[in-house]
Amino acid sequence: MPWPPPVTDLEQLKEHPAIARLLAWNPAAVEEAKYDRDETTIYIERSTIREACALLRDHPSVPFNYLSDVTCVDWFPSEPRFEVVYHLLSIPNKERVRLKVRLSGDSPVIESIFSVWPGSNYFEREVFDLFGIRFTGHPYLRRLLMPEDWEGNPLRKDYPVEGYR
Amino acid sequence: MAHLSSIPALEPGQDKTMILNMGPQHPSTHGVLRLLLEIDGENIVRLMPDIGFLHTGIEKTCEAKFYQQVVPMTDRIDYLCPLTNNLCYVLAVEKLLGLEIPPKAQWLRVMMNELTRINSHLVWLGTHAMDMGAMTVFLYCFREREDILRLFEAISGQRMMTSYFRIGGVALEPPLGFFDRVRDFANRFPSKVDEYENLLTGNPIWVMRTKGVARITKEDAIALGASGPTARGSGIDLDLRRDMPYSGYENFQFKVPVSQEGDVFARYMCRVAELRESIAIVKQALDGMPEGPIKADAPHVVLPDREKMKTQMEALIYHFKIITEGFAVPEGEVYQAVESPRGEMGYYVVSDGTAKPYRVHMRSACLANMQTLPTMCEGRLLADVVAAIGSIDIVLGEIDR
Repeated sequence: MPWPPPVTDLEQLKEHPAIARLLAWNPAAVEEAKYDRDETTIYIERSTIREACALLRDHPSVPFNYLSDVTCVDWFPSEPRFEVVYHLLSIPNKERVRLKVRLSGDSPVIESIFSVWPGSNYFEREVFDLFGIRFTGHPYLRRLLMPEDWEGNPLRKDYPVEGYR
Repeated sequence: MAHLSSIPALEPGQDKTMILNMGPQHPSTHGVLRLLLEIDGENIVRLMPDIGFLHTGIEKTCEAKFYQQVVPMTDRIDYLCPLTNNLCYVLAVEKLLGLEIPPKAQWLRVMMNELTRINSHLVWLGTHAMDMGAMTVFLYCFREREDILRLFEAISGQRMMTSYFRIGGVALEPPLGFFDRVRDFANRFPSKVDEYENLLTGNPIWVMRTKGVARITKEDAIALGASGPTARGSGIDLDLRRDMPYSGYENFQFKVPVSQEGDVFARYMCRVAELRESIAIVKQALDGMPEGPIKADAPHVVLPDREKMKTQMEALIYHFKIITEGFAVPEGEVYQAVESPRGEMGYYVVSDGTAKPYRVHMRSACLANMQTLPTMCEGRLLADVVAAIGSIDIVLGEIDR
């Protein structure tokens, strides 16, 4: 069964608990939303990501209290180049939501959500290591997987698969 | 949670404490984990894991492969539960494609997945007990593990890197007499679990080494992203098989063991109870195994049978096309999570409409679980670190990828 086309109209999606909560708090925080393949994606304005996460964590009826994952996608050479992706899970309600933040390629900086979930520590360090995205407010932003003196960020699309020789 | 909010760098400063390096080749670190310990006598003041020694860049390699070629890569992430990783990846791609999987393939997947869970838990139990000085359990566990590996070899031709699940179904029909062998094992196994429990559960040395050791509260476990038995040992009642069912798990009845104590013993009890639940699921899968095809009806994705290739032109063309240029997957993104033996294993697959994945990200349960290690160990004795590492069941292949 092929999937129905994705819903991208914010008006149709505003019933979703996470989107409703974010819109009630700050309509400018939600850039876009998408419902595709049973999964909801919300594009968050860059400067509001930490507060948005804290807000969803403390949602009164559907608390998205568990951070599953933080990762990144590089859309080189288009701009904005990076998408930082957060997967949240609501343990009481068994629901997932995906948050995305678009970042430009020249100086990808975003606020760390370490103060909301200390569990984002390794995930953010991994993204910093492999994509070169800086998380401001992270207490220990160092390379996680690659050696300290490694040059370049391997998961960027302009980094060759074989590495630099 | 205020106590979790700082990660100061480990530098020798005060005269009282010293920095001790544990690993990366320490036998109780289960691979190549390096721990930096700041100790005051025998007491841990601070602990900091250092990882990355096994980083092989699998996520990057996946971007250069066709979708079907990624399946063998997923085996190599977690060498103790290769089939769970296969399952998670193929489910993600099937969700992207919108494929419907025939019931027999789904039930086979569930059965093999649970055998993998037993296999993984047996290695955990054996090595965990050996770290704490109980050598015999290790030998017993590997005796049963050998039986499971023989079953894997029978069904897929490989003992460890099985790659048995394929996009659209499973690779092969099980060989003749396979289900009888699985049933034989399933009937024998519960008494073996009793044997392990006889050796450990009431053993005063084991209890003293594990009860009340390396505690973590429910709130801390959630905040740090713990999942699987590490979370369930702290009273978080979450099992993705039951709560967000995939691959037909909604058709099976099983209990989810949860303990409230949050110590090493609680996690041990959760996993041992899971061994029994898993074998019950295997039995249910055997009893209700449906008849029918093992591959989805999607010729552009699923390789045709050998017999058809020899007689039908179409099948030969599809085979040639899939092998040489792969198959295009519609644009989109999917996050698929499964309950691996260690917790929430998630695959985030992004497609740009071509035959190669644009991005494959693995959410590693171990990576998140390992963040609980400092909270568990700080303020405790050095010997408890070994117990704590064993109790969160780390696999460095999955952490470093």
